[in-house]
Amino acid sequence: MELKVGGKRVFAATGGKDFDPALPCIVFLHGAGMDHTVWALQTRYFAWHGYGVLAVDLPGHGKSDGPALTAIGDMADWVWALCDAAQVKEAALVGHSMGTIIALEAAKRAPDRVRGLGLVATGAKMPVHPELQAAADAGEHKAYDLIVDWGFGKRGRMGGNQAPGLWMAGGATRLLERGSDGALGKDFAACAAYDGALDAAAKVACPVVVIAGSDDKMTPPKAGRAVADAIAGAKFVTIDCGHMHMVEKPGETLDALRGTL
Amino acid sequence: MVDPNLPKFDTLSLHAGQHPDPATGARAVPIYQSTSFVFDGVDHAAALFNLERAGHIYSRISNPTVAVLEERLAALEGGVGAVCTASGQAALHLAIVTLMDAGGHIVSSQSIYGGSHNLFMHTLPRFGITTTFVDPRDPGAFKKAITKDTRLVFGETIGNPGCEVMDLPAVAAVAHDAGLPLMIDNTFASPYLCRPLEHGADIVHHSVTKFIGGHGVAIGGVIVDGGTFDWEASGKFPTLTEPYAGYHGLDFAEEFGPGAFIMRARAEGLRDFGACMSPANAFYILQGVETLHLRMPRHVENAQTIARFLQARPEVDWVSHPDLPDHPDHVLAQRQLPKGAGAIFSFGIKGGREAGRVFIERLGLFSHLANVGDAKSLVIHPASTTHQQMDAAALEAAGISEGLVRLSVGLEDADDLMGDLGQALAAAARAVAPKAAE
Repeated sequence: MELKVGGKRVFAATGGKDFDPALPCIVFLHGAGMDHTVWALQTRYFAWHGYGVLAVDLPGHGKSDGPALTAIGDMADWVWALCDAAQVKEAALVGHSMGTIIALEAAKRAPDRVRGLGLVATGAKMPVHPELQAAADAGEHKAYDLIVDWGFGKRGRMGGNQAPGLWMAGGATRLLERGSDGALGKDFAACAAYDGALDAAAKVACPVVVIAGSDDKMTPPKAGRAVADAIAGAKFVTIDCGHMHMVEKPGETLDALRGTL
Repeated sequence: MVDPNLPKFDTLSLHAGQHPDPATGARAVPIYQSTSFVFDGVDHAAALFNLERAGHIYSRISNPTVAVLEERLAALEGGVGAVCTASGQAALHLAIVTLMDAGGHIVSSQSIYGGSHNLFMHTLPRFGITTTFVDPRDPGAFKKAITKDTRLVFGETIGNPGCEVMDLPAVAAVAHDAGLPLMIDNTFASPYLCRPLEHGADIVHHSVTKFIGGHGVAIGGVIVDGGTFDWEASGKFPTLTEPYAGYHGLDFAEEFGPGAFIMRARAEGLRDFGACMSPANAFYILQGVETLHLRMPRHVENAQTIARFLQARPEVDWVSHPDLPDHPDHVLAQRQLPKGAGAIFSFGIKGGREAGRVFIERLGLFSHLANVGDAKSLVIHPASTTHQQMDAAALEAAGISEGLVRLSVGLEDADDLMGDLGQALAAAARAVAPKAAE
């Protein structure tokens, strides 16, 4: 569905069902350089099981108007503006990588609006390798190749997709290639500059699940564990995958989210 | 300095899509000879059927053995996903019916496999889909033939049987300027020699029966989705960009992004048309894939040696192999197929149809049959076999003369192959030579 946020067109996938703001809402927030399609095998389930789903394309990503936002705080404010546009008062927020720190910051800024958090591949800090940042800023294909190289776990690099016939590395590469100019570099810079995850985590009072990948090189399990430890009552789940849980282990990721949201 | 360290072609040929079997530890890909797969419960079953969860339901739609082959071929072609089918022709049909309805139009190279020509020329029109055939060497001809109803531009990496090399980036640009995808039959090259997606194609099609399988033991086909084409921006493909009642209003482009085409091909095409690959055939084809990178260089080396040998023979009128400097597409072939332009090529024998008949019958190592891309060397006379349904004008347009002989060069010792060809050529020449006593 299309919404207007701040006068700009925003796209949000609804899991194949018309969005109903009266249902419990889950907002899915993708990671750097990605878009809503990374959540295909989680959003459809929730949409067909009694939830209102908004898998958004952040500004400047996918089918949403640009430019891309440059600070995690601005993205967090945008999440609630999006919910306002969708007539959603309260939502669970599910994020991947950059999306997790947007979710945490959004929860801190409007604690009364958060019903739950699902943090898939998170860390208190998200530093970016300077050569990856430089390649992303320059729009070089090397940035996509490095993300695919580092993003998938040892198993995921060779495939074995639960979705028959889909080659994960190819899909991730095409998704990154589709990104708008500069969005990936801006996302990385925003991640590297953000320093508020643990502060935000300490203020969270809703149900939370932190989902780590045992072979995640970008946000290692210990980084996720540190975030979970900072949140009272947070559940911590480790899945045998790299950084791309939603496509490497879509079923396990869905089940971990279902248990909390 | 950091550089990506992604697995390379040879490694992917052996490993992509598979891990040791978690139940048994089997290192080889097991043949999951099962029609169907048990659900965890009612909710799990419903979620699988509604594409809310990933997994196998019924082997017409997907099968674990076939899925390994699909992933592996997608990896080798550089795509986002693949669907394997019962044959190459089934793959071609599946791609077309995924893209268009009655009223659709295809612009195709005229130098294509005879079976594909039959489908386009005689069968698809019965279902309201028509085709205009054009010279594969003329990108402008593709442009001129595109109409408001065109939904696909089609050709072969290396034409059959004339070995025309299509300028893939040029034809891709024509297609994309018109908001259309380019689909390429890459059977003759295999992904080892050419990866059309890297040259602008959007969908790749193979008869995996040929070089990919490589041993002439199993029929199969595949379509590989490059994930490169923007179906939504084109606006010509409602099957991919509008709600589909067959899955409760699913919009494939919206849900699956770069994988929209291949997801629809499986979810609708395999489900409803049902031309699936058997798990046993997938296993046979996988054995071939594991040595593709070893076999193709030898195929090419043998073919180049034999092409030069034939050029020097007095019984031979002409030889058409893009790796020969006098081939009209030689320069293009060197750019697009730098490891060689394959092992299937044609030549003309002096003495016409009768000389051709004697030549083929006298061959010993070369087998006379309707296949290519086998480990064993093969020979055929296209005008009387694979392309016999084409009329004289179509044969001429496709460059198929009565004396044209097509070879598929195998992996035997090149000296033995040349010996076989030499004695058969000599016999053919004797058969058509004027008798001295008369």
